Amino acid sequence: MSLEKLKFPAASAVLVLVMGAPLAASAAGDGIALEHAGNDVGNVASLQRGARNFVNYCMGCHSAKYVRFNRLAKDLQLSEDQVIDNLMFAAEKLHETMQVAMPPEDAARWFGRAPPDLTLMARARGTDYIYTFLKSFYLDDSRPTGVNNLVLAGASMPHVLWELQGLQRKTVEQDEAGHEHIRLEPVTEGSLTPEEYDQFVRDLVNFLDYTAEPMQLERQRLGFWVLLYLLVFGLFAYLLKAEIWKDVK
Amino acid sequence: MNAARADAVAPAGRFARFIAWVDARFPLTKLIREHATEYYAAKNFNVWYVFGVLAIVVLGIQLITGIWLTMSYKPAATDAFASVEYIMRDVNWGWLIRYMHSTGASAFFIVVYLHMFRGMMYGSYKPPRELLWIIGMLIYLALMAEAFFGYLLPWGQMSYWGAQVIVSLFGAIPAIGDSLVEWIRGDYFISDITLNRFFALHVVAVPLALVLLVVVHIMALHETGSLNPDGIEIKEHKGPDGIPLDGIPFHPYYTAKDLVAIVVFLVFFSLVVFFAPEMGGYFLEHANFEPANMLKTPEHIAPVWYFTPFYAILRAVPSKGLGALLMLLAIVALFLLPWLDRCKVKSIRYRGWIYKLALAAFAISFVALGYLGLQPATEKVFVYAARVFTAIYFAFFVFMPIYTRYEKTKPVPERVVYHAE
Repeated sequence: MSLEKLKFPAASAVLVLVMGAPLAASAAGDGIALEHAGNDVGNVASLQRGARNFVNYCMGCHSAKYVRFNRLAKDLQLSEDQVIDNLMFAAEKLHETMQVAMPPEDAARWFGRAPPDLTLMARARGTDYIYTFLKSFYLDDSRPTGVNNLVLAGASMPHVLWELQGLQRKTVEQDEAGHEHIRLEPVTEGSLTPEEYDQFVRDLVNFLDYTAEPMQLERQRLGFWVLLYLLVFGLFAYLLKAEIWKDVK
Repeated sequence: MNAARADAVAPAGRFARFIAWVDARFPLTKLIREHATEYYAAKNFNVWYVFGVLAIVVLGIQLITGIWLTMSYKPAATDAFASVEYIMRDVNWGWLIRYMHSTGASAFFIVVYLHMFRGMMYGSYKPPRELLWIIGMLIYLALMAEAFFGYLLPWGQMSYWGAQVIVSLFGAIPAIGDSLVEWIRGDYFISDITLNRFFALHVVAVPLALVLLVVVHIMALHETGSLNPDGIEIKEHKGPDGIPLDGIPFHPYYTAKDLVAIVVFLVFFSLVVFFAPEMGGYFLEHANFEPANMLKTPEHIAPVWYFTPFYAILRAVPSKGLGALLMLLAIVALFLLPWLDRCKVKSIRYRGWIYKLALAAFAISFVALGYLGLQPATEKVFVYAARVFTAIYFAFFVFMPIYTRYEKTKPVPERVVYHAE
């Protein structure tokens, strides 16, 4: 209600234009329940695998433009040479960030919209969202990419990981109460088992969780000491107060 | 022994002589006496009386972290979002400074809302403290402006569209509305120009007003003296030395007590800063981690939680103009409190059941409106609920002159009630 009444006309006009764009995604998901990602940012091995997965499968189109390679090396306990050999395909210097070579204008022409930067996606949408999104592609002939997504209907992204997961199709069953149950069934087999694929995606999501807030573990470690200090200081502050107030009757 | 003799020979030490030198030129000792060591406050303050001090602590946190953020932040539409991430990742301790500032914004409203509620419970706005209350309300207005301008600066999706929604409210003003909105934005839409001017207002103009108003607030407080949970004027019972019998010097008694309160506050503050800086999307909204995009409206625009009670009132009314007017009146009503309340008894401890009931209903409706303002307006039931609570919110003020006049109060004791621990 209020949105309609508050939006100013120019913005509405612009919106209509955008809605008309060929491959633009519709904003809302179909309200399907998100699966729990269950990732652990403290697991460095998983972060290393996630970084590998990201560089190999995502970074062709998606940047992580706030992530510096040298910071990545430090946080993921990799040597600089390991990073240069395994993760740096487009960048030349260690202090550079994870950019894509694809010009955004071309990307927008090819996909309908430029693939978004993924540095902060885990904070913007949540890890469960990305985890479920990457598992929910299904065949849909009406889409230019041949696939659609349960989480983001009309997604402009093709199913980049189809070789690993295999292809799925959507089935809708009605139960006795008339409720619809949407299920995804495998059509072709991927090179990974379903469990391996889940772990692949989980590692990737874990990496994105890290990039969204690289200092999150440091933050909690420091927080522990700050609280400890405050508790000790608080005890002395209380004793001081009690001493000063003992003559107030 | 030696020390005593030394005193006798030279009554004033080097430091004392320096203070005397200053005092002859600036009222240093006089100020310390009048506002701390010989400022008498009632000895029976309860926990509700710490939020004024805590508001000053948060103001300090905001000013200091704000200055440091300004050193690395870039107020330009093309750079703002990236500069915030630069602060989070590349600036030493930048993440800590930024989280303290973002958490501080919400903490400011929490302590100020509790501080205002304290005033409403114990009648802190009643004569002779009407001006004190009004100045406090002006601080609240400045705080809202400060929060609103500051929220645009990260240049995220919610920054952008939140500002869009709030600025467009001025369009509801008849005749001049549209040109006024354009004047505020400095452009036909929220743009780089808007960001620049909001930055100027957020880091210079409003903080200056806030600090000045806080000083004036404390001056007014120290003129009338602090009230207390019994709502009794301690100045009416003075000893032969002219000191209120129930009063104790602010320093060292309340400085020591407030220090404990500050530490407790900092424990909660740190829990958020270090373990839940987003506070589940209420302190840092998820959509704000996407850069502002003027071509893409977020699915659901909600202001930050501290504005949502008023946002719910706005949405409860089908007409935008009327909604905006009610929103304004919801704040104006608070200014009028000292004149709407006709009851002579100040503290809720000795007031009648009807005021207790009214205040409880008011508090519940404020919290409920805050909750409803966060919900999408597509659900009809939320809109109807918002209408009910809006009615209760205004009924509290509109009928106050009537129900407070005929209130059956309890006898107020002569002296404050205090039990030493």
